[in-house]
Amino acid sequence: MRIATIVRLLVLAAALAAPTPGFAVRPDEILPDPRLEVRARALSHELRCMVCQNQSIDDSDAPLAHDLRVLVRERLKAGDTNQQVLDFLVARYGEFVLLKPRFEWQTAPLWLAPIGILLVGTVTLAAAVRRRRLRRAARLDAPVPLSESEQARLAELTGAGPG
Amino acid sequence: MIPELGHFALVLALAIALVQSTVPLYGARTGDAALMGVAAPTALAQFGFVAISFAALVACYVTSDFSVATVFENSHSAMPLIYKFTSVWGNHEGSMLLWVLILSVFGALVAAFGSNIPATLKATVLSVQSWVAAAFYIFILATSNPFVRMAQAPFEGRDLNPILQDFGLAVHPPMLYLGYVGFSISFAFAIGALIEGRIDAAWARWVRPWTLIAWICLTLGIAMGSFWAYYTLGWGGWWYWDPVENASFMPWLAGTALLHSALVMEKREALKVWTILLAILTFSLSLIGTFLVRSGVLTSVHAFASDPMRGIFILAILVLFIGGGLALFAWRAPLLKQGGLFAPISREGALVINNLFLTTACATVFVGTLYPLALEAMTGAKISVGAPYFDWTFGPLFIILMIAVPFGPLLAWKRGDLKGVTQRLTAAFALAVIGVLVVCVVEGRPVFAAVGLGVATFVIAGAATDLFERTGLWRAPFPIAARRAVGLPRSAWGTAFAHIGLGITLLGIVGETQWGSEQIVSLRQGDKVALRHYDFTFEGTSTRNGPNYSEKAVHFVVRRNGEVIGEMVPSKRTFPARDMTTTEAALMTRGVSQLYVSLGDISQDGAVAVRIYHKPLVLLIWLGAVVMAFGGALSLSDRRLRVGAPKPAKAKSKPALQPAE
Repeated sequence: MRIATIVRLLVLAAALAAPTPGFAVRPDEILPDPRLEVRARALSHELRCMVCQNQSIDDSDAPLAHDLRVLVRERLKAGDTNQQVLDFLVARYGEFVLLKPRFEWQTAPLWLAPIGILLVGTVTLAAAVRRRRLRRAARLDAPVPLSESEQARLAELTGAGPG
Repeated sequence: MIPELGHFALVLALAIALVQSTVPLYGARTGDAALMGVAAPTALAQFGFVAISFAALVACYVTSDFSVATVFENSHSAMPLIYKFTSVWGNHEGSMLLWVLILSVFGALVAAFGSNIPATLKATVLSVQSWVAAAFYIFILATSNPFVRMAQAPFEGRDLNPILQDFGLAVHPPMLYLGYVGFSISFAFAIGALIEGRIDAAWARWVRPWTLIAWICLTLGIAMGSFWAYYTLGWGGWWYWDPVENASFMPWLAGTALLHSALVMEKREALKVWTILLAILTFSLSLIGTFLVRSGVLTSVHAFASDPMRGIFILAILVLFIGGGLALFAWRAPLLKQGGLFAPISREGALVINNLFLTTACATVFVGTLYPLALEAMTGAKISVGAPYFDWTFGPLFIILMIAVPFGPLLAWKRGDLKGVTQRLTAAFALAVIGVLVVCVVEGRPVFAAVGLGVATFVIAGAATDLFERTGLWRAPFPIAARRAVGLPRSAWGTAFAHIGLGITLLGIVGETQWGSEQIVSLRQGDKVALRHYDFTFEGTSTRNGPNYSEKAVHFVVRRNGEVIGEMVPSKRTFPARDMTTTEAALMTRGVSQLYVSLGDISQDGAVAVRIYHKPLVLLIWLGAVVMAFGGALSLSDRRLRVGAPKPAKAKSKPALQPAE
């Protein structure tokens, strides 16, 4: 539950069944080993409750989230590494379960976008600065063309009048 | 009768909007003063009719007229009056009406107070703004009419969703909309400038107050939403990088960039084309924020099809305004003359860096929010993008930006002295390092906490350095410094406060995420649980009946080092009308930190699942936002934005002040 949920409730009004705010991690889920529990909580933050709207299983009180939390803890108790737990869940539920998508060809644009945009922006800026500097230099070096009245006066002085 | 009156007033507003969107524009193009003069009265009349329409809807809700479909679906006769009132916008139809009400308010304000704007620009701006208004009136009337009656009036309503029965609903949506809609003025000014084909420093000065008002409201609106979620939803989260939150955050990021680039344009006539583009993008993101959230497309691509009429309308409006705005930009922007050269190391340069990072951060949020939709639409693959992605991408970008923040205001315009500025920031930097060392020794915490804390301190101390420098507090005797402080332009104070607010918010974020602790336990009467220096004793339970709910509460006595410091009473409320239960967390404020207790399941044998948090510095997150908004307000009151305001008599005799900002 979150602001988003509030906004979404505003949006969806009565029609859709809204999740009730309540309780995510229940006392009976907590592992006796505090170090395993810390790992379980950290993993829970990266796993999506698939029936919820963008909620991690750590935040959701949906029954599925509860099942997943228990599953994560079972795998940890069985001696899995964090990566093994994630792999297990992805094998079972697909990439959709990961809130932090893995770097693959189909997520490459997603992960490269921030740095890519920053680079493109920087290069564009540098080019603009350079261009303006060049243009300015050109403008300062090139002699300013004479205005019409100046040209008339010049013609007059040199004796080669227009008429 | 009243709903029909409201409906009719809305139709009249549409008719007026159509006149306002064409006649003054034609007048401005042909130089006909009489036609241009149509703009102001129509803007005021439009406001009048929308206000009547809105008042009619409010009347329906307050009198619980369940013959009106939206009232039936979202209200209940037993609800307290304040919630009857706020449930007007607690649903799609009503909130759209609030949107156009605010839009017409802004139009009327420009009409009434924009007397210093040249007639042609003013007429064009009001016309453009009226295009937006007309599109929204048609949208409401055709697809989301809040005044539709039911054939048979039910005796009782379905009640407002209990989570929304909160004071937050009274503040959060209106503030957010004030922000979104306020940017429509910047948009209208940008389009006006493109149509006229000219733009100058004065333009930036006219558009700045409106952008500032929108930004202040959006800042407060987002902060209010975050705070509301924090205290109402039962597990103390305040930001989740959810698409719906991102939708409101993107206009804020773009709007912040716009505020800064408009500053360059106003002072130095540079970045004109970029500022125009940002104004268009900011309002585009506001439209996307309003609409994509409303259409449900962010939840799932398929939700779009559930109400095709609304979906197509939304798409058409987005294409028309965003596509049209950008097309006009591509066509007309080359006509705008560039001005003001500057060296890369200068105030302008710093503001360009600010824009680069804010825009990249905004684009990152945009990509992260929409990429899963695009991927699913194109390949059918489903992925999730959640908080961890944004922590890894947005986080570093913003940290770099914040390190740069203190440098900006200290650099000179045109050509700055980076070495000198770095020297002047040495004290601030030293303070940050000391802060990090002290806290890390005391608390012993990981890298992010140290970096975050250091950056936050640096930003706050850096902004303070700017004020000290300008007033000469370190060199001059205090009375002189105080006099200089009074004479300092309000915008300088505004900048400093806004930046300090940013640092305060970061401080709160670091405190809450890095030093927070929690206990999740199952308790019975008489049980005791400890967290940090506090312990909580389960004293007993009580029940109580509210106007439209029944409540079961648990009483905890809180002790600190054995001494009683108060009682916390979290509860669960059951609303029979919807058969829903909400969790009411109990909060206790200790300085700027909070203790937070919320209840889980209450089992048959009397054991209660309880979640107890200690959230250090958490209030700073929202306090920082308030300070930022206060900075914005100070800047808004700056004399230069009130063109024609009399100069203070003593202005001449004062020693040469620093230039504003």
